[in-house]
Amino acid sequence: MSDPNIIFSVLIKLNALTGGLFLLTAFGTVAMRQVLASLNIFILQSILLAASAFLLGCQHRSLHLFAVAGITLVTKSVLIPFLLRRTLNQEVYARREISQVLNIPTSLLIVVALTIFAYFLSSPLLSVADEPFVKSNLPIGIAGILLGAYVVMVRREAVPQVIGILSMENGAFFAGVSIASGLPLIAELAAAFDVLIIAFVMGLLTRRIHERVGTTDVGRMTSLKEE
Amino acid sequence: MELIYILVISAVSAGLSLLPVRRKFVPVITTLGSLAILILSLRTALRAARGVEEVALMNWISCDSLGALVLLLVAFVGFTAAIFSWGYMEKNVAPTNERKIRRYYARYNLFLLSMLAVPIFSHVALVWIAVELTTLLSVFLVSFENTTEALEAAWKYVVLTCMGAAFALLGILILYWGMSISAPGPFTWAGLAMASTQISPVLLKTAFVFILVGFGTKAGLVPLHTWLPDAHSQAPSPVCALLSGIETTTVLYAILRLLPILQAAPSIHVEAWFMVFGLLSVGTAAFLLIQVKDYKRLFAFSTVEHMGIILVAAGLGSSAAQYGATFQMVSHALSKSFCFFAAGSTLLAVGTRDIAAVRGLIRTSPVAAVALMMGGLAIAGAPPFTVFLSEFSILKAGLASGHYLITALLALFIVIAFCGIMFPINRMVFGKPTEPAGRATVSTTSIVTLVLAGIPVILLGLYLPGPLLELLRLAATFLGR
Repeated sequence: MSDPNIIFSVLIKLNALTGGLFLLTAFGTVAMRQVLASLNIFILQSILLAASAFLLGCQHRSLHLFAVAGITLVTKSVLIPFLLRRTLNQEVYARREISQVLNIPTSLLIVVALTIFAYFLSSPLLSVADEPFVKSNLPIGIAGILLGAYVVMVRREAVPQVIGILSMENGAFFAGVSIASGLPLIAELAAAFDVLIIAFVMGLLTRRIHERVGTTDVGRMTSLKEE
Repeated sequence: MELIYILVISAVSAGLSLLPVRRKFVPVITTLGSLAILILSLRTALRAARGVEEVALMNWISCDSLGALVLLLVAFVGFTAAIFSWGYMEKNVAPTNERKIRRYYARYNLFLLSMLAVPIFSHVALVWIAVELTTLLSVFLVSFENTTEALEAAWKYVVLTCMGAAFALLGILILYWGMSISAPGPFTWAGLAMASTQISPVLLKTAFVFILVGFGTKAGLVPLHTWLPDAHSQAPSPVCALLSGIETTTVLYAILRLLPILQAAPSIHVEAWFMVFGLLSVGTAAFLLIQVKDYKRLFAFSTVEHMGIILVAAGLGSSAAQYGATFQMVSHALSKSFCFFAAGSTLLAVGTRDIAAVRGLIRTSPVAAVALMMGGLAIAGAPPFTVFLSEFSILKAGLASGHYLITALLALFIVIAFCGIMFPINRMVFGKPTEPAGRATVSTTSIVTLVLAGIPVILLGLYLPGPLLELLRLAATFLGR
């Protein structure tokens, strides 16, 4: 047995582990009641995304993916949490969300169904290319997107909704590092900048809503609708 | 080089808007900047009408005829809305609150920059970023009034469209993947259309569904349109003209670009997807129009309807229908921005958005009344306005290509929408006022905008200038293989 093969199989196993943990954090964003806890889970998820990019970088020996890992680590696990903490005061983060649209056990069942659906969606795609990294990353990335969308729909607090959107982007990039590793660095940089603006704009808007309406319970803002 | 100048000018005017100088300076700079952009876009469009593709940076920044058409529309509406903002801000923001005015214009210019970037960028990943930026840079324009309703509308707008953007991002990454494993080349619209015959149909289809859901949310396609009437009615009127008139058009442009790429795999039936989603949007919007109680919401629902019409026209597939689709893009953008200028003048005159509260507008403010009547007729598709011509050409092309059922349904929905728009406007303009009201004046800049925006709405309904006709024809060729 030669050296590169062992390294390769170790990298695959490590990447599969990262993928599993990534999926777990996506479940966590659904299950956490406390606002601060969901922010912390998001930080963990971003670190896992960077780790997967790093492992893929080792496999492809590409500096490019190391750069992506670095950018992700700096923007998503340092700058975004910093921005969100700066724009909103402690009171918002100490909140616990008592009433979600659905209770948490039901939510978790739906989320499991969504994950299975993600694997179902990606199975025809995987037949196109036989790459072990794509096999683990693509379905988990799609699951990350679907779970993030679910979080946005069921959570009523503003900050968990923002985190739902950011974790959708994380899901897209988790699939992206495996399938689109050759994307020009300028596009990656612009996308990271873009995610930063999402956090900034939504954080600021949450603050405005907090000042004007007196709550960050955006799920209850329903004055605009058809009669 | 024009393309680079266009981007630089709008960025510079955004920066200059923040300078703490005399308050007249900011609107003047914005208007002059958007005028310069309009002139440069016109030059690009004229060259594109002769079949010359403007390339500023190979594979990154370039503008073919379809791009040039959208660029011209964005520049034109950006210019007229800049003039309209002038009077609107004067009346709605206290003169002492200079900071708020400066911020408005800075955001206005940045928003315009992001919309100009969508047709100018040819690298697909950058197009996604530009589309996402159009949302993020316009959120605070939607919430500008800072009322509870405006904040709610802005929140719904940013949450739903950002969710859509994440779906679209995955779709675009899958397209890139497909290209990199089977036919490596530049990741541009043209490169994709060339390579797509070699990309596996499964990948194309999955990518298409993700992008259609993602960008469809932002273009306001049913059933993902729910944020649109809120955001497009709560924003200040000049911003509504941008949102409804051209922002939706730029996103739809990105969806339409997929058509030649997807046609490479006939098993996907991309035309059928377009027609089904288009008809669904037209039909739902037509019936929702009937129950609307707010006249800005009325025009917002009409945007959903028109996005559907363009999608159906693109899906019909014949070259006549493709021409109809590009023509409809032009006539919708021009007419819809005019409608929101008219609605904005009405709002300034009467101070309420409630349809039931406005009666006998023709006596209170004849200018606003005439503009509102003309806008309603123009967008509903009455002759001799431009929407009539473009809708007529689409219906004719539908019959000629043998899609009788789809054409009949489309015609029916258009008629329902016509009634839904014209009945309330008729009552607002000619209805008997419950209490005698004094005359309201319309500011000079509003009148100037209404005249400037109104000229093409009438003119293009009577006569299409040669270069524009050529540009529409050339642009239509990009909607099919």
